[in-house]
Amino acid sequence: MPALLEAAGLAHRFGAIPALAGVSLSLRRQEILAVVGESGSGKTTLLNVLSGRLMPDEGEVLCDTGDGLRSLARLGAPALRLLQRTRWGFIQQDPRASLRLDITAGGNIGERLMATGARHYGRIRAAAAEWLAAVEIDTARLDDLPRHFSGGMLQRLQIAATLVTGPELVFMDEPTGGLDLSVQARILDLIRSLVRRLGLAVVLVTHDIGVARLLADRLIVMRAGRIVETGLTDQVLDDPHHACTQLLVSSVLPA
Amino acid sequence: MIGYNFAYLDEHTKRMIRRAILKAVAIPGHQVPFAGREMPLPYGWGTGGIQVTASVIGQDDVLKVIDQGADDTTNAVSIRRFFALTAGVRTTTSTEAASLIQTRHRIPETPLRAGQIIVFQVPMPEPLYRIEPSRAAARRRHALADYGAMHVKLYEDITRFGRVAVAYDHPVMVNHRYLMSPSPIPAFDNPKLHLSPALQLFGAGREKRIYALPPFTDVRSLDFEDHPFHPGRAPHACALCGATASYLDEILVDDRGSRRFVCSDTDYCETRRSGLLPSGAG
Repeated sequence: MPALLEAAGLAHRFGAIPALAGVSLSLRRQEILAVVGESGSGKTTLLNVLSGRLMPDEGEVLCDTGDGLRSLARLGAPALRLLQRTRWGFIQQDPRASLRLDITAGGNIGERLMATGARHYGRIRAAAAEWLAAVEIDTARLDDLPRHFSGGMLQRLQIAATLVTGPELVFMDEPTGGLDLSVQARILDLIRSLVRRLGLAVVLVTHDIGVARLLADRLIVMRAGRIVETGLTDQVLDDPHHACTQLLVSSVLPA
Repeated sequence: MIGYNFAYLDEHTKRMIRRAILKAVAIPGHQVPFAGREMPLPYGWGTGGIQVTASVIGQDDVLKVIDQGADDTTNAVSIRRFFALTAGVRTTTSTEAASLIQTRHRIPETPLRAGQIIVFQVPMPEPLYRIEPSRAAARRRHALADYGAMHVKLYEDITRFGRVAVAYDHPVMVNHRYLMSPSPIPAFDNPKLHLSPALQLFGAGREKRIYALPPFTDVRSLDFEDHPFHPGRAPHACALCGATASYLDEILVDDRGSRRFVCSDTDYCETRRSGLLPSGAG
């Protein structure tokens, strides 16, 4: 099966700090890949590089844009932006960073549609209502401002606003970080069912082993910008080889 | 006037502004930065428009200046006098007779003809500024023709008010490429921008930007397929000349709240009342 996203020999430095060093990976369609590691291990940098938000110092990201694998760096800014707006999605830890808080929930969901040429108010609104329901928010809140939403609802709104264009690949940066534990469980449940139903490929960054175990097919463990261990999620978590992975696994509090 | 160059600005400045204007005409709707000068009037009173006018005006020009349609308000009178003094050009209040029109927030009712130049005073040239606070990011959106976010604002209006509630400065797409602020003209005037035979120049003094619409440029107001653009107008006839198709000002006439509606374009109204109906009268 051909890869949806491939990275080869990625390296990136922030001054003297090597955030990424020799990272290579491959992601297939409908596959959920979790990137775990301690703080400052380069997880988020990797996510930014893979999603084209950051150009790496070295190495290349290849993506399938419908006609075979192509280099992200040579795609050009308009094509990259279109890719990020339609076939890709990015879910941030803090939904306030990607949502417009002074625009209604419907407007937020509709923004990606309008950015890609939708010009029919009725249809945009219908799609927004449909997605609001899909993320389990009462459709009566369609015309409410996100600033009146709770943290969990904001995160669900961000998911709806991202998935409305039917992306095939979604990048998630700690999607449940900063949420209350019970809310976390509901969001995870929602993400899991949506991802399976829509057949999305996901690159998920998290430092929460529980989230990775629940969602991911495959796992990458990072430390100091390098991949130290990779494999199927259960395999890595049940039989961690690298000292860093063992530490991560053992640091989980028993439920 | 002794001691001053023709039309106030020195020739180097005029050439610099003309270069910006040429660039703006070559790329309709694109904002060209220019080194705006301090002018002898405050920002917001037409410093951009007056510099553009000073750069294109010639000895044979006949100048008309309007402020919200009127030829007789402070801003219009003083800018007209300014050029009469510093350039010695003939001035007029007649749209027909003028070769150069500087305007604040209106387009005359009398259709403009080929050969005329209209100069708009622009307070905020960036149509994306409410959507995209970063000017660098806004320029990037212009470069990539990435204007979807502008429709979010229209979506919000329809959601809250049932219609697009932009009464003035309704954004337009120029030549199917650049999103442009038409300056705060009423939405009523937006259709006049489309395929106008006159050259339309826009000057923003505080923001130091010039943009332009060459004659016969395609200019479309943003809208939705199921909520088409609607140029608004008060549903009345002019109390003075009886016009039913002109843009009206609402005027309070006493302290009991009585009001009447009169043409905002004073030249159009006076011409109609003098019995010389201008072409396109309604």
